[in-house]
Amino acid sequence: MRSIFTVSVSAIAVIAGSAAFAQERTVKYYGDFDPAPLAAMQEVIADFEAANPDIKIEFQNFDHEGYKTSIRNFLTAEAPDLANWYAGNRMAPFVNSGQFMDVSDVWEEHGLKESLASALPSMTIDGKQWGVPYTYYQWGIYYNKEAYAAAGVEVPETWDQFIENCAAFKEAGIDCVTTGTKALWPGAGIFDYLNMRTNGYEFHMALANGEVEWTDDRVKATFAEWAKLVEPGYITQNHAALDWQDAAALLVQGKAANYVMGNFAVAVFKEGGMTDETLGFLPFPTINPDVPRAEEAPTDTVHIPSGASNVEDAKKFLAYLAGPDAQTKINAAMGQLPINKDASVNEDDPFIKAGFELLSTTPGGIAQFFDRDAPAEMAKMGMEGFQQYMVQPDQLDNILERLEKARQRIYK
Amino acid sequence: MTHAGTQSRPQHRSWWRENQQKLTPYIFLIPGVIFFLVYVIIPIFESFWLSGFDWDGLGEKEWIGFSNYQELFDDDAFYTSLKNNVIWLVLYMLAVPAGLGIAIFLNQKVRGIRAYKSLFFFPFVISQVVVGLIFAWFYAPNFGLFYKLIEWATGSGIAVLADPDLVTYGIIAAGLWPQIAYCMILYLTGLNAVDPEQIEAARLDAAKGFKMLWYVILPQLRPATFMAVVVTVIGALRSFDLVSIMTDGGPFGSSRVLSFYMYEQALSEYGYRMGYGAAIAVVLFLIMMVFISGFIWKMVDDERKGL
Repeated sequence: MRSIFTVSVSAIAVIAGSAAFAQERTVKYYGDFDPAPLAAMQEVIADFEAANPDIKIEFQNFDHEGYKTSIRNFLTAEAPDLANWYAGNRMAPFVNSGQFMDVSDVWEEHGLKESLASALPSMTIDGKQWGVPYTYYQWGIYYNKEAYAAAGVEVPETWDQFIENCAAFKEAGIDCVTTGTKALWPGAGIFDYLNMRTNGYEFHMALANGEVEWTDDRVKATFAEWAKLVEPGYITQNHAALDWQDAAALLVQGKAANYVMGNFAVAVFKEGGMTDETLGFLPFPTINPDVPRAEEAPTDTVHIPSGASNVEDAKKFLAYLAGPDAQTKINAAMGQLPINKDASVNEDDPFIKAGFELLSTTPGGIAQFFDRDAPAEMAKMGMEGFQQYMVQPDQLDNILERLEKARQRIYK
Repeated sequence: MTHAGTQSRPQHRSWWRENQQKLTPYIFLIPGVIFFLVYVIIPIFESFWLSGFDWDGLGEKEWIGFSNYQELFDDDAFYTSLKNNVIWLVLYMLAVPAGLGIAIFLNQKVRGIRAYKSLFFFPFVISQVVVGLIFAWFYAPNFGLFYKLIEWATGSGIAVLADPDLVTYGIIAAGLWPQIAYCMILYLTGLNAVDPEQIEAARLDAAKGFKMLWYVILPQLRPATFMAVVVTVIGALRSFDLVSIMTDGGPFGSSRVLSFYMYEQALSEYGYRMGYGAAIAVVLFLIMMVFISGFIWKMVDDERKGL
């Protein structure tokens, strides 16, 4: 009784205090941000609320891994109005099972097909758009300039030069390429680039979509390029027991020269003491000059679950998040690239600048990443295969047969 | 009067009063039985049922009969997991004699023995996750203590958790640490109950050393041994947390065990094959069933003999 009384008194006080509060509508938003992007997203939310005083965004943050497992539960049980996820095939299970809402009208109404054009293909399933992308980042080779100086080699232009350099690095006791595949995915970055540089974007996507056999000669050609790194031992030993951050430490310490990674790793390199003077970025070198250059840029997205209760306001927020102001702000904090072509990037950050130029001039196409382009099961099997190949290159035929068997089952 | 009063009552005694004594134990059992049914028995049958479907946990279920099992028996990863489970079962048993050895060693009256006992018991108190992390760092390439030791002794270090042939043994070693402590505590309590008169009598008959242990002490420790074996078998079969923490099943799946593979297929980031996961669960259940029925049969048998 007493609590009811207190509540009603405070409710009256609130209503009396501000009439606007009485009509306030809330939008529940679940996400998984690291601390810096979280702060930026909260700013974006505050800006949105300032522009729409009658809407309140209730944001709840999860840690990444916890989010990935709980999203399935909350989408079916108690859906929020907005939820973070990823583009490409990664959102397909939720789209196909009807958990995400079609937001094509938001795209139409706000001209997003133009302003977010670079991400349109990866947001489209069955000709409809299922969410709004707000950030992406480039992949490429990050290198330690001091290691290059120690081995006395130049930054390579071509794949052959890259391999030649590796011999010099080996001589100097430096790992030419480092990686940490304990969590499997870093190995997939190497495969994606080797495959896109050898066979091109179209082939790579066909492979990820299960349209090409894994035992195909073109796949074997990709692995033949990979063998140039694996067989002479140019890749860090014991990478299967290393987390990607452990491998980043090797690069920072100059024990490794190159790291095929996403731009998010720059923060880790810099925390380890590297600066713009010692850390370099180079696009993955050309292997087959006949295929147009394609790049890898995983896109993060926000969606409206089908069970959302406040769809109208959620769509307003999506439209706002797609705009240039919001995208500039959040990407400045994340150290990543906005998708809206009218948004601006931080010109002082050489890696952001390089990434922006790299992605905006890509002729071949932009891949998401192996574990987002291929369906989850295939991604897992594939990444295990890539890891095994780097440890046991003589098992290649077994690995490819295993993947082919999986392909026939998964895509049927 | 009172006497007459009770005399006149019998025909009024309700059925409830009549059977109260007989019913009470069942009534007390009801809450436990309900929970056991809902959380243990019914899920077992649900797993059997689910294992016949192709289902991602969200969309439509599709009945595919025994196809999941067909695929399972043609799946290399399944056989790797099964093989690892067997290795776990065999090597984990080392915890029983090791625990006994430490218990006998600590079963003496020295100043501060309680402190030593608690130090030995310590690994069982800390969480498996912490044990896994400690050992993962212990084995870590480039900076782990074990790696450095091997490097110092042989010239080149071994990254246990990156080596597909060694990884399972490395994880089992981590698991043995707390498990030995557990067996030790079981035996320590058992040793308290050993009859000193029998030992004295055996001494008079000139029994000592191994013979004393084998013929006099161990038979009296039978209940402790039974418990130690049971908890160790169960611990080996559900060895999930260490695998998950230390390697996540890797490198390329070579440290998976059945319980981890089940989780991976059904619930992990790249999984969501509920039917396939359920099929693995069924196989794991059947393996466990062999041991569990063995244990239950032995317990009933002992009770009948009045042991």
